[in-house]
Amino acid sequence: MSHQSDLIASDILAYLKSQEEKGLLRFITCGSVDDGKSTLIGRLLWDSKLIFEDQLASLEVDSKRVGTQGEDIDYALLLDGLQAEREQGITIDVAYRFFSTDKRKFIVADTPGHEQYTRNMVTGASTAGVAVILIDARKGVLTQTRRHSYLASLVGISNVVVAINKMDLVDYSSDRYEEIRAEYEAFAEQLEFESITCIPLSALKGDNVIAHSEQTPWYQGQTLMAYLENVNVTDNAMGQPFRMPVQWGVRPDLDFRGFAGTIASGSVRPGDEVVVPGSGQKSRVKRIVTMDGDLEEAVAGQAVNLTLEDEIDVSRGDILADPLARPAHADQFEARLVWMHEDALLPGRSYLLKSGATVVPAQVSALKHRVNVNTLEHQAAKTLELNEIGVCNLALGKSISFDPYRENRGTGNFVLIDRLTNATVGAGMIDFALRRATNIHWQALDVDKRSRAGLKNQKPGVLWFTGLSGAGKSTIANLVEKKLLSLGKHTYLLDGDNVRHGLNRDLGFTDADRVENIRRVAETARLFVDAGMIVLVSFISPFKSERRMAREMLEEGEFLEIHVNTSLDVCEQRDPKGLYKKARSGQLLNFTGVDSVYEAPENPELVVDAGKVSAEDIAEQIVREVLGDDAVWNVPDGTER
Amino acid sequence: MKINMTHLRQLEAESIHIIREVAAEFENPVMLYSIGKDSSVMLHLALKAFYPAKPPFPLMHIDTTWKFREMIEFRDRMAREHGFDLIIHTNEEGVRQGVGPFSHGSALYTDIMKTEGLKQALNKYKFDAAFGGARRDEEKSRAKERIFSFRTATHRWDPKSQRPELWNIYNARVKPGESIRAFPISNWTELDIWQYIYLEEIPIVPLYLSKVRPVVERDGALILVDDDRIPLEPDEKPMMKSVRFRTLGCYPLTGAVESTAETLPEVIQEMLLARTSERQGRVIDYDQAGSMEKKKQEGYF
Repeated sequence: MSHQSDLIASDILAYLKSQEEKGLLRFITCGSVDDGKSTLIGRLLWDSKLIFEDQLASLEVDSKRVGTQGEDIDYALLLDGLQAEREQGITIDVAYRFFSTDKRKFIVADTPGHEQYTRNMVTGASTAGVAVILIDARKGVLTQTRRHSYLASLVGISNVVVAINKMDLVDYSSDRYEEIRAEYEAFAEQLEFESITCIPLSALKGDNVIAHSEQTPWYQGQTLMAYLENVNVTDNAMGQPFRMPVQWGVRPDLDFRGFAGTIASGSVRPGDEVVVPGSGQKSRVKRIVTMDGDLEEAVAGQAVNLTLEDEIDVSRGDILADPLARPAHADQFEARLVWMHEDALLPGRSYLLKSGATVVPAQVSALKHRVNVNTLEHQAAKTLELNEIGVCNLALGKSISFDPYRENRGTGNFVLIDRLTNATVGAGMIDFALRRATNIHWQALDVDKRSRAGLKNQKPGVLWFTGLSGAGKSTIANLVEKKLLSLGKHTYLLDGDNVRHGLNRDLGFTDADRVENIRRVAETARLFVDAGMIVLVSFISPFKSERRMAREMLEEGEFLEIHVNTSLDVCEQRDPKGLYKKARSGQLLNFTGVDSVYEAPENPELVVDAGKVSAEDIAEQIVREVLGDDAVWNVPDGTER
Repeated sequence: MKINMTHLRQLEAESIHIIREVAAEFENPVMLYSIGKDSSVMLHLALKAFYPAKPPFPLMHIDTTWKFREMIEFRDRMAREHGFDLIIHTNEEGVRQGVGPFSHGSALYTDIMKTEGLKQALNKYKFDAAFGGARRDEEKSRAKERIFSFRTATHRWDPKSQRPELWNIYNARVKPGESIRAFPISNWTELDIWQYIYLEEIPIVPLYLSKVRPVVERDGALILVDDDRIPLEPDEKPMMKSVRFRTLGCYPLTGAVESTAETLPEVIQEMLLARTSERQGRVIDYDQAGSMEKKKQEGYF
């Protein structure tokens, strides 16, 4: 049980020796305050003697003052603070508690709160090996029980304890216990648990928590503590093929080149062959270097430093893998995505994806459906709100190496990061690489962009006009195109209104549709650039991330962002289409500048103000900037192909 | 061969992973070195993380000028032996104004010499990540702290902008001026720290072990007479007691415990048998209610 070994007092050295073999178990407790979760955790801390005298003194005082147990100690108060903090508006996703016994050290992920439950629980469960799901014996299997169980299985926890609590309030009835157990097991068949252990207990009275209860002579199974001390968290990772995401190249001098990382799965020995899946380059492990001396073998979970026999290209983000069982290497995959931010997911928007030690741009290319966490039903969805879970396809800016999460928890996960706020907005579990990504390769064409542009004697690119409605974007773009045409340039103008009549006829003005609108326009512009054309794009394009996405689709120097920075007052005064009037009167919703945000560019190539300078002068200036003697796109006659 | 990942080996691997992530993702990280037992473990882990290379970041000590003398000796010896880059920063403005714990009280003194001193140094060297040796079990308000704790450009901890941390993936994106504090030993407990120090034979400041030392009693705490700056009553004589320290900081703010534990195993034995939580020796916790939380928001660790 706890640190009660007589050895502590009699022979501390022997005791310390015995502690060197101690294991570690991380688990999560799921349930609301009403289920007695805090009482249960408090009691585990208490009984493992991790409550100190000074804490005990304040606990006794608090129990009498605000406790709910009369003169008895209220264990739940040991975990205080969370309620008060929630009232102060402080977001707590997970609090971590620690206790240990002579056999194991435990890290408990404690997730308070109902509203943010999905986000909190997924976060806490991501590192857990066991989930303890609390059920109030009086209430039985509730909606929230199903939700907790689904989330536990979603993040790959394979061992669950169903703690049927408050047995004292149902007279320790074995019939009630059996009833709940049968119902839970029937429900859990659709989930992917390896083991389900039901324990009748009373956290408050201590029944079957540490010691077997005399009140439940009909229960022959383990106590909760015995289960936690002995459960074999069948380390899935050990049985999988070797994977080590490379975090850092160790290079103390020219003679030593090591690759440092934590082994995600499998094991490795000197002499083993390893491959870098991206390049297909192979080598053999020469040494496993640690400060405590070279190792003969290293296994999943160890942080090591490998040197290789050959000089092959390996850098941060690569995975060293078993060449006979390679991970997927692709730029598209299907994944289950948990949304964790107040700003909803926008399919098509460019986020950053971090997986292992790799960070790449990524977008959700298709949102297939949303999963109702209470009923497990699939529902059609255009977006994911905070705490929603969806199945979607992701397209990355660059291929990465990964495994399906179900096979490998260590190499199948990722988070999504917002590019502007840097917030972590989503967490994902990869299902599989998409076939078209693994099998369809870019066609290398003989006639390329340079040759097409060379024939037209011009450098292709995009002039991207952004600004409020009525700022004068289209007027200026029209004038610029005329001038370019008169100079013999080959151009094409994509105008917001016109494109919305055709290509983007199916899109509205929600944030999600605005993102898709810009994505299609940017793709179209890219095709024209590939054809060697100078493309003028005249779109409000209110969001920075989408303009950045357009910029990133093109090569360096091909994208010129022109901010037509006419003030809102002037635009509204002009109101050429009468739209501001409609928006102000509420007839038109989601109108940029009125009730929808415009994010001004931070570093545009050019800023012009059509409220102060005439459109003609601005157009002249742009042509000079673009094609003047020292301008970026100037092609001296016949010299550049 | 079956490799048994004991709890200490798992904690060690997790910490090394975190230290490497910070080194790889940030442009200008620094390790805050407080000379205490937690810092000693953190430094040991950093040495392991990059072996046989040296850690690719400097160590920094915020010297309040009131640290135990044995701490400073230990710090300089460690720097010599390991050859790491050591930055020592003191709030010179505070020194000029004569700010000290006896004259100004612990709250104001800590704010000026420690919190302000730290902010000054972070600004001066433009560090975008700073390792700290805080642990989640030290205090209730730390139980929910992230491994990567995000700080605004003014070093404030904004509870609303903290990021969820899943698996072993840490979001390291910051804008210019913003930074993170990284806590690689978050999941270690006091007992883990001592067991690891014992197992790995990590050098620690001798003040952690009992010895007969001169102390005086102040507000119920035993304070070491470490130099002649401590004000004594006219006829007061320091008591000679066998004492040790469970935490180390500024000597006037750190209470000793009476003990006969002269070896590490004896210290661990005492800890397991006696039951007083570690921060009780720190005067700073008692000055204001909820003081840790407040200090964190202001930029203290």
